[in-house]
Amino acid sequence: MPRLSYRKALTRALADEMTRDESVFLLGEDIRVAASNVTAGLLKKFGPERVIDTPLSEQAFTSFATGAALAGLRPVVEFQIPSLLFLVFEQIVNHAHKFPLMTGGQCEVPVTYLVPGSGSRTGWAGQHSDHPYGLFAHVGVTTVVPATPADAYGLLVSAIRHVDPVVVFAPAGAMDVRADVDFAALAPVPIGKGRVHRAGTDVTVVAVGHLVHDALAVADELAGQASVEVFDPRTLYPFDWDGLVESVSRTGRLVVIDDSNRSCGIAGEIIATVVERVRLLAPPARVTRPDGAVLPFAPALDRAVQPGREQLRTAIQLTLKEG
Amino acid sequence: MIRSDPVRLYRTVRLIRRFEERALDLVRSGAIVGGIHPYLGQEGIAAGVCAALRDDDLVTGTHRGHGHVLAKGADPARMLAELLGRVTGLNRGRGGSMHAADFGIGVLGANAIVGAAGAILTGAVWARRRRGDDLVGATFFGDGAVNEGMLLEAFNLAALWRVPVLFVCENNGYATTMPVDGAVAGTIPGRAEAFGMQAAVVDGQDPEAVRVAAAAAIARMRAGGGPELIEARTYRFDAHHTFEHVVRLDYRAPEEVAVGRSRDPVEIAGGRLGDADRAAVDAEVEATLDAAVEFALASPEPEPAGALEHLYASGLVARTGDA
Repeated sequence: MPRLSYRKALTRALADEMTRDESVFLLGEDIRVAASNVTAGLLKKFGPERVIDTPLSEQAFTSFATGAALAGLRPVVEFQIPSLLFLVFEQIVNHAHKFPLMTGGQCEVPVTYLVPGSGSRTGWAGQHSDHPYGLFAHVGVTTVVPATPADAYGLLVSAIRHVDPVVVFAPAGAMDVRADVDFAALAPVPIGKGRVHRAGTDVTVVAVGHLVHDALAVADELAGQASVEVFDPRTLYPFDWDGLVESVSRTGRLVVIDDSNRSCGIAGEIIATVVERVRLLAPPARVTRPDGAVLPFAPALDRAVQPGREQLRTAIQLTLKEG
Repeated sequence: MIRSDPVRLYRTVRLIRRFEERALDLVRSGAIVGGIHPYLGQEGIAAGVCAALRDDDLVTGTHRGHGHVLAKGADPARMLAELLGRVTGLNRGRGGSMHAADFGIGVLGANAIVGAAGAILTGAVWARRRRGDDLVGATFFGDGAVNEGMLLEAFNLAALWRVPVLFVCENNGYATTMPVDGAVAGTIPGRAEAFGMQAAVVDGQDPEAVRVAAAAAIARMRAGGGPELIEARTYRFDAHHTFEHVVRLDYRAPEEVAVGRSRDPVEIAGGRLGDADRAAVDAEVEATLDAAVEFALASPEPEPAGALEHLYASGLVARTGDA
């Protein structure tokens, strides 16, 4: 079976949707030369009318995309740096997201915001290493964080076809993941549907984005001691609560690993919702970035504030000790 | 309207004037909650610009936006119902005074974030032209908006990509209470000229002067010219917002207000009509607004159970906030 990289899966999704639907076009910084390597080859294939380099005016081109979507096109806006989402949070949340309600349903805003390389890229320091998916889930913007090449393809396709704005976070830690993929089987992945990556009976680990791979590795390591189920929500908003509740109802234990700052992070929401619906055998646990973390530059410091395998192993073991 | 039509212009300014006065009555009576930003004194700008537009052209307005929506042709009864939060309102009661929109007649919404709409309209006009519609747009904003970065970014995008958008600055002398002299370095036309745009200053109190300037700019834009800017010098006759009727803010001397109010766009436009024509328009406007008030007050309020209808074009139903 051929190998597909996560990055190439994104490229393939863009190309397939641009071929399928003339109203899809790309907007962003340095996308013609494919500085992020996600839009590679698309200028040649689709021309400069559909692969549009913008000036460094993130706020204007984000709202330009809103206007183009209101007028019937389907823009895909690429952001080279996750922290740029802070700069355009107003344009996405206050305009693109609010227009359907504020206008009483007069319009649709089908924009996809694609963030290739979200989270730490190691050595890119404080202003290039955020992973702000929780903010978008909080305000109710459709938010997807694919972990695998097939999901990257399928969720990006679904995002582009969706009638509401969608933010697609492609974690830096997953961009180089490769998987054996049957290209003919690549298909849209439904928004709002999680996936059990590995079945287990003792504890459910919810892992977001690239951390799915860490969770799977830890589950393997613990195989002799515990049966760990790994649940990948894939979409953080709207979340597949029924899918997760089904899993935790079987295992009775919950650990969440989430590359967000702890306070008001998505891990807190996941735990709160599960304990509202399921009587657990042991207190739940979460592994996150610290409260208010800013990623420091030095590699050892960068790693120190990111959630990792060692912490996850400890959290799982603590949870298993009780009950 | 390329040629002068004094009756039509007068009808528009008179309609906006009397609409606003009736809306103020309804604010005082408590029927309109949250107050309004009255457009009194600035009617000639919306009337003049919209008289130079075609029905299929697109506009965006501001928080002080009733005039823009009415001048583009919205039904005053449904507009008033929106201000009252009724289901028959333009936005089904979901938008209110600051977000009134009527996509069917090219009003992509009043927008309550200063300077935000320019980039949205630029994207919408660009997209519609790309789809083969030969239309232009006009985006209204106040003098406060010329210090918003995202509007200046929109100037750049529109000029760079030659999107035919008329940027209409309604300079009423104050951004809420901040005088222009205390806020604007350089000049307002200078902002546009810096991006290679043609810019004109016009007497905003004279609807015909505004129409002539707008028609000339729009003719150049339709002939393939890029965006242009008009600074319409005007004066706000009433408060920034009706909260000022309760909390008096001391920032305009009574003498200045008297001078400002002495040049009234309704009188200027009305003075160009014979007494009989003017009386006929006045009677027609009163009849229209009598019916509008009756319609709006008789319209039902939305059901609380449907508070978040239209939040997602996809039809996604958000989780409720209770147990």
